[in-house]
Amino acid sequence: MNPFSSGTRLRDMIRAIRACKTAAEERAVVRKECADIRALINEDDPHDRHRNLAKLMFIHMLGYPTHFGQMECLKLIASPGFPEKRIGYLGLMLLLDERQEVLMLVTNSLKQDLNHSNQYVVGLALCALGNICSAEMARDLAPEVERLIQFRDPNIRKKAALCSTRIVRKVPDLAENFVNAAASLLKEKHHGVLITGVQLCYELCLINDEALEYFRKKCTEGVIKTLRDITNSAYQPEYDVAGITDPFLHIRLLRLLRVIGQGDADASDLMTDILAQVATKTESNKNAGNAVLYECVETIMAIEDTSSLRVLAINILGRFLSNRDNNIRYVALNMLMKAITFDDQAVQRHRVTVLECVKDPDASIRKRALELVTLLVNENNVTQLTKELIDYLEISDEDFKEDLSAKICFIVEKFSPEKLWYIDQMLKVLCEAGKFVKDDVWHALIVVISNASELHGYTVRALYRAVLTYSEQETLVRVAVWCIGEYGDLLVNNVGMIGSEDPITVTESDAVDVIEDAITRHNSDSTTKAMALVALLKLSSRFPSISERIKDIIVKQKGSLLLEMQQRAIEYNSIVDRHKNIRSSLVERMPVLDEATFNVRRAGSFPASASTVAKPSVSLPNGFEKPAVAPLLDLLDLDSDDILAAPSSSGADYLQDLLGVDLGSSSSQFGATQAPKAGTDLLLDILSIGTPSPAQNSISSIDLLSTADVNSNPSNALDTLSSPVPPHTATTASTGMFDLLDGLSPSPSKEATNGPAYPSIVAYESSSLKIEFTFSKPPGNPQTTNVQATFINLSPNTFTDFIFQAAVPKFLQLHLDPASSNTLPVSGNGAITQNLSVTNSQHGKKSLVMRMRIGYKLNGKDVLEEGQVSNFPCGL
Amino acid sequence: MIRFILLQNRQGKTRLAKYYVPLEESEKHKVEYEVHRLVVNGDAKFTNFVEFRTHKVIYRRYAGLFFSVCVDITDNELAYLESIHLFVEILDHFFSNVCELDLVFNFHKVYLILDEFILAGELQETSKRAIIERMSELEKLE
Repeated sequence: MNPFSSGTRLRDMIRAIRACKTAAEERAVVRKECADIRALINEDDPHDRHRNLAKLMFIHMLGYPTHFGQMECLKLIASPGFPEKRIGYLGLMLLLDERQEVLMLVTNSLKQDLNHSNQYVVGLALCALGNICSAEMARDLAPEVERLIQFRDPNIRKKAALCSTRIVRKVPDLAENFVNAAASLLKEKHHGVLITGVQLCYELCLINDEALEYFRKKCTEGVIKTLRDITNSAYQPEYDVAGITDPFLHIRLLRLLRVIGQGDADASDLMTDILAQVATKTESNKNAGNAVLYECVETIMAIEDTSSLRVLAINILGRFLSNRDNNIRYVALNMLMKAITFDDQAVQRHRVTVLECVKDPDASIRKRALELVTLLVNENNVTQLTKELIDYLEISDEDFKEDLSAKICFIVEKFSPEKLWYIDQMLKVLCEAGKFVKDDVWHALIVVISNASELHGYTVRALYRAVLTYSEQETLVRVAVWCIGEYGDLLVNNVGMIGSEDPITVTESDAVDVIEDAITRHNSDSTTKAMALVALLKLSSRFPSISERIKDIIVKQKGSLLLEMQQRAIEYNSIVDRHKNIRSSLVERMPVLDEATFNVRRAGSFPASASTVAKPSVSLPNGFEKPAVAPLLDLLDLDSDDILAAPSSSGADYLQDLLGVDLGSSSSQFGATQAPKAGTDLLLDILSIGTPSPAQNSISSIDLLSTADVNSNPSNALDTLSSPVPPHTATTASTGMFDLLDGLSPSPSKEATNGPAYPSIVAYESSSLKIEFTFSKPPGNPQTTNVQATFINLSPNTFTDFIFQAAVPKFLQLHLDPASSNTLPVSGNGAITQNLSVTNSQHGKKSLVMRMRIGYKLNGKDVLEEGQVSNFPCGL
Repeated sequence: MIRFILLQNRQGKTRLAKYYVPLEESEKHKVEYEVHRLVVNGDAKFTNFVEFRTHKVIYRRYAGLFFSVCVDITDNELAYLESIHLFVEILDHFFSNVCELDLVFNFHKVYLILDEFILAGELQETSKRAIIERMSELEKLE
């Protein structure tokens, strides 16, 4: 025995560590062990390497750094004995990952082991390769793995199949090599090999279109037959789970069928029988059965339409919804959201159950149900649904109130049948959850109120009543203060009573009380106070009899510590005192803000109710996925419950942002006396507003539907938004577009004027990336422009996985060719070019405008940049 | 595809951590901490799925241990719930009424079992018997 050996066996070390009472003790023990191990590594003693690595792995699991052990792994892997190799590979997988260069050193050992005579060693190598190989290793060792797919031992075959899965994920180009081998695996009888073979085929279909075609033509029937056999098979104790033989295999086969059938009507036809069989005969009292049914439903909904199957699927989901198990209900709610896109009616039948789920104690179910309810709302059921939701709002938890109120506001704005109802509902929401209501929502409310001139009296009275009871809801107070200021005379004189109102006596003094209360209350914030002061000014003109009292209140604010208040107080006081003649004209009724214009200006909305693409989300680099209502795909990880700016009935369109950032509304056109609101808007704008280019008459709406795919994969259908986007012509000159990054090329002015040779432009420039567009027109087609985009890397590091995406408004059509490469070397050493062609259906009337998104990897981190190109030369 | 599998006890100690995607050490610790926070607060009556960053975590509690599996958004949650259960059954069979201490002192064996069950983030074998047999064959070689 080596006199310097640490002496402790693995068990002893673990015991010692567990016996430590404090973290400091543990650190001491670990440090000692590490020191011993390091000493032994230096001695290069082969005897205890095995044990040392095991100890190192344990220490690593506790969270301590163990880099010094990496070379030990390599030495162990290179040893001839099986136990050493085994622990060596295990250590390798635990202590290293594909990004470390040390891994390259293992490639040779791996190659030898893949060809080893002992099949257990081959298994070890495949396992390690499958778990952590990098792209280079994958390329080097792919032929070996391919060969091993046909090995005689099934254990090796299945490991080789999964290893190949990883290889094709890392290096998609190699996919073609594996197609034949994968197809042969589909005929296996051994479940393990079969399941891994199916998985490999599935990956290949996702990555490579030709593979998909091949499998579709040759293997569809085989797969269907296998599924049929497995469904009908007798009881097999080895694979049975809750009465179903190998549910995992069922699920894998169903997935493969899904990807084969999607987009292809013939293949879908072939599968209908087996899908119907699985859907009807699978028992659903246990989780395993439900898992299979779930997968079956997903497949049915993804493949081409056979309506009877779809009805079956939705019925299954309906059954799931009433299941007591929360997991099942969650899954059902998810799927129903996808189902809405093609069969709204069927899902409507389950509306009541879904509404119940909104009130469920479990937070994830509530969230899902709420999103689903939002999708289910239409003109017929909106009043009913809103009533239920508002009733629930009163009793819901605080953290859920925010989501709930946001959704209610959204629904109300979008579907309100009449203004009175809209105002009523919004009032209720403000009373219950005012502090969660976002600014653009109550701005919109005010716009609607001001437009509904016949309801002014009713509104102001209702607000007055509400604010007496719910004065702690900030937003409510603000809206009330504004309305009382505007329509105070209607309030006091009970003007414009509508049938259902009770008469209420409000004196001028009472009205001023409310406003004074808003100013003096300690938890009013500065915006509310400022608004209240303006309201007082208005009232001093409308209520001349208590002008003195109002003047006193204003004078008191002259000493306010808030600069804004002080300034206003002084100014308003001077108006009241010395400029009585112009006062009344100053505070005349606000001009009614045109709803259409307002909605156009209301930027920063996004498709909250977009349909999800049922296809599994592989990151096909240039396929654009709609952010689902579920906030899962939102790249910026923003809460999806922001408010959607509703198109008003005048058919105005709204700006849709690629990323769904709520940019807040630009209020540059609000009236001068609406200073408080403009102030808050500018304060709340998260991102600086780019200079709206007055010279441009381009449309301010960009349609997500025109996003181009580079791989125009036919199965990647661009679903339409379920909220109709009516075509519109915005006549506003100011576009209100926002530059998401300050580095965008600052001059919106166009370069040279219309010349036959269109000058090239710098489309986008940031500190790390520059994009130039050069233009040419194909002869004979003035509407089309060919653009060559050149991407230049301005940073000192190379970009990899470079992807360019673009979106254009509806009147343009965009086609993107593949880029010249997707690695962008450092500045000067090369550039990527990509051709696009744009067809302008409004050629001559509107110029081009485009939104871009560029994604790349820099030093291993993903970077995303967005920008907008508004400086296209005119005449394109 | 499975992104990672975690076995944690109620105090947050990681008993097994297998990653099928590359992550820095510090990121791994952060992930383990966050996942632990998510699963430890989940009530038994609530769903076994939580959204985690842009993926989802499917978890189940067995005695004092939380088995968490992080998968892609599009994966079938119920299926992974079944696979967690299968894994627990395999461990139970292998260690004869497994308890947490077994997993601590034999962690390397647990990894080896896991490697026979899942490879490259996908299920490798669905038969408990086959995996146990394979493990005994491999033990004989040690």
